[in-house]
Amino acid sequence: MHEMALTESIVEIACDEARKQGASRIRVVRLRIGAMAHVAPEALRFCFDAVARGTPAEGATLDILRRKGEGLCADCGKSVPLEERFAACPECGGQHVQMTSGDELRIEELEVD
Amino acid sequence: MCTICGCGAAAAEGAKIPADDMPAHHHPHELHHHDHSHGAGGELIDFGAGMARVHAPGLSQERIVRIERDILSKNDAYARDNRAALAARGVLALNFVSSPGSGKTTLLVRTIGELKTRLPIAVVEGDQQTSNDAERIRATGAPAVQINTGKGCHLDAHMVGHALERLDMRRGGALFIENVGNLVCPAAFDLGEAHKVVVLSVTEGEDKPLKYPDMFAAADLMLLNKADLLPHLSFDVGQCLANALKVNPHLQTLVVSATTGEGLSAFYAWIEARAALAAAKAS
Repeated sequence: MHEMALTESIVEIACDEARKQGASRIRVVRLRIGAMAHVAPEALRFCFDAVARGTPAEGATLDILRRKGEGLCADCGKSVPLEERFAACPECGGQHVQMTSGDELRIEELEVD
Repeated sequence: MCTICGCGAAAAEGAKIPADDMPAHHHPHELHHHDHSHGAGGELIDFGAGMARVHAPGLSQERIVRIERDILSKNDAYARDNRAALAARGVLALNFVSSPGSGKTTLLVRTIGELKTRLPIAVVEGDQQTSNDAERIRATGAPAVQINTGKGCHLDAHMVGHALERLDMRRGGALFIENVGNLVCPAAFDLGEAHKVVVLSVTEGEDKPLKYPDMFAAADLMLLNKADLLPHLSFDVGQCLANALKVNPHLQTLVVSATTGEGLSAFYAWIEARAALAAAKAS
């Protein structure tokens, strides 16, 4: 459900930026979303077309780049790839991996006319 | 729904917040101002009205614009404003999150009854519809503002900012924000609170922290509520707490019953200690 609010925020930020750049139309909105971000990318796509209607982002492609998570294991001290917040350390099997990245929710760039 | 101010489909009740459709309106804030118009019905944001006036003749070449902005940046900016306003007044704000029916309102009613002679408490209630919860809070004598989110599944920092303007919060007091009952969406939205407090009840299952890790990762304190029902259930308290700590090793946990009061003295002490610190920082 909150993907609708996030999509409205995406369209608003994109349209603000396009206006500042003097662009009349947005062709691509490129997002970077971490594997553990609070969002379902499919739901964003589902909402995007409806929210973008009647704005300079209408008809734009929503390009979502996924980013894998990383964590720091408190038991063995290594930086390790992380796919779930509570996953065990793939190196030592310890349960104390702190997420260091993977919850990004960012608009990276626009392609505009 | 307007996600900037929560008006349109969302409405706030309990004070003077306009709830009905309006062609245009102005929002006063302590720290920011904005005006915007809504179409009839107020169901959809129409960015077209503002944007359609933008023309850039001769600029047809496609180009790439780097933005690198957080999608939640607008919410987070409002949250910073709320946090600064609360800090200036020395008020401790707690954001209570849980699934529906975990006993949040019962917990707040009991907590206010216990603390109100020592600590001024104000409440923001978030629900999709009805002002039932705000009425339960007001019956304790504490001021409460109800925000109805309409179709919205969470409170955002802007809605809470408007509610703060309508609450009389005294130095050294506490603000309890009861979020919409939902173990998913409210995790992503900072409201400007000092701490998220997640309430889980023993009727919900030990594995909720594993099934909904985002919320338990975002919280600083977990209250395991309805402990008075444990004799009737096969709920494993130890396993539940272990699951919560697996998701968030920094989480503090208390086993309580909002009905009998069991375990709540530790929660009251937790609140009072933090409220005293918030007041001391502001003076």
